[in-house]
Amino acid sequence: MLVELDSLAEVEALHGALLVADLPEVVELVPAATTVLVEVRPGSDGLSRARAVVEAADLSHPPDRTPRQVRLPISYDGPDLELVAETAGLSVDEVVALHSGAEYTVAFCGFAPGFGYLVGLPEPLRQARLDNPRTKVPAGSVGIAGEFTGAYPTSSPGGWRLIGSTSAILFDAKRSDPALLAPGDHVRFEVAG
Amino acid sequence: MSRSLTVVRTGPQSLIQDLGRPGHAHLGVPPSGALDVPALTLANRLVGNPGPAAGIEALLGRIQLRANCSCTVAVTGPSILVSVGEHLVDSHAPVHLRDGDVLSLGAPSGGLRCYIAVSGGIDVPPQMSSRATDILSGIGPHPLRANDVLPLGEPFGLPVGADVLSPSVAPAELVVPVLLGPREDWFDDPARQLAAGRWTVSQQSNRVGLRLDGAALRRAAAFESVELPSEGVVTGSVQVPASGRPVLFLADHPVTGGYPVIGVVTAESLPLLAQARPGTPVRLQPLR
Repeated sequence: MLVELDSLAEVEALHGALLVADLPEVVELVPAATTVLVEVRPGSDGLSRARAVVEAADLSHPPDRTPRQVRLPISYDGPDLELVAETAGLSVDEVVALHSGAEYTVAFCGFAPGFGYLVGLPEPLRQARLDNPRTKVPAGSVGIAGEFTGAYPTSSPGGWRLIGSTSAILFDAKRSDPALLAPGDHVRFEVAG
Repeated sequence: MSRSLTVVRTGPQSLIQDLGRPGHAHLGVPPSGALDVPALTLANRLVGNPGPAAGIEALLGRIQLRANCSCTVAVTGPSILVSVGEHLVDSHAPVHLRDGDVLSLGAPSGGLRCYIAVSGGIDVPPQMSSRATDILSGIGPHPLRANDVLPLGEPFGLPVGADVLSPSVAPAELVVPVLLGPREDWFDDPARQLAAGRWTVSQQSNRVGLRLDGAALRRAAAFESVELPSEGVVTGSVQVPASGRPVLFLADHPVTGGYPVIGVVTAESLPLLAQARPGTPVRLQPLR
């Protein structure tokens, strides 16, 4: 079942309601920009139970949950930092203060294992993607694109404007907790000393 | 000495697979796992393993393994010649290997993926509760190479024989039932376009998806240049990229996609898709 919603806030509210309901028949629960995918075990009554949760959910208020707090060390040394400052009409120091001063929420993950799309980006930093995406963005690069900021878990092609880098290992399948970021987590960037 | 197998040589691609790691899509992790699940679970049953034990998925066979202990193996999937040393043995049946015996697979005459189970299962360290190799995200063990030594678990139970066992069928033409949605409204008369289309399996197909060559599906006028925000997709989704030529997502598919999914194939079709060679004619049969 793919549930279509009007905003990220509604996605967060419905995803939260489905997490709280904790239906055992649900195999995958995948929030995205305007949808929540609910995949249930074939042959179970999970679909009707999930539908009942969806119909009862209060989309204007996410349920009370205590989010995980994640801190990512960052060095503001990205190749597009000056471009971002210029586009915003700010100094580089002001960009750093804005980006490291905000608290973000993981709206959803995708693109690659451990890649979190973080929302809460201050308005001046909401900027277009690069006209020409890079064929290779190093692992740990921190970028911005539209309303999102995020860090690349592995080296990959990418079109986000890169403002910094983190030493955090965002994803390691061999760890007991492989992904540092999961939907709903709260995230802050801390300037590495 | 602990139980193990040594890879003498691999065919075009030999991977460790089990039932995969569903339940991590929200972290960006594909389900992965054997593409022809019934073939793997049959092989496991024949050697006395539980269904989720890890075995080998050998694309087009041709793999050679040396036993470093006494063990039982079974080869399933399409019809295939199997030998131990110089002697032909049965596929789809338990076969005993002594320490030092070499198991060789020929190339299947039809179909694509052969499965080898070994008593005790392949016991490499699991990653996110699975030993499956995910070729999209790189999670799990690397594709097998010559001289790899594969540790085996302790045998679970007695091998189970059976009188008549059917190889995986590789039909001359694939007719795949498709449940319409979730984005069928993005297409002009989606049921008719699907039913009328004729495709063949593309050379570019892999464990991520079966790509189809042939008819391009047309979007409805209202959606012609609309961009879809990325959304979650399931295994079996029929995604329609900008070219209009459908891609049928298999186990290593990306967990989200930015192109509309016109329909989803029925679960029963997935093992058939796993065995469809490039060039196989394909028809999609819309269900309401």
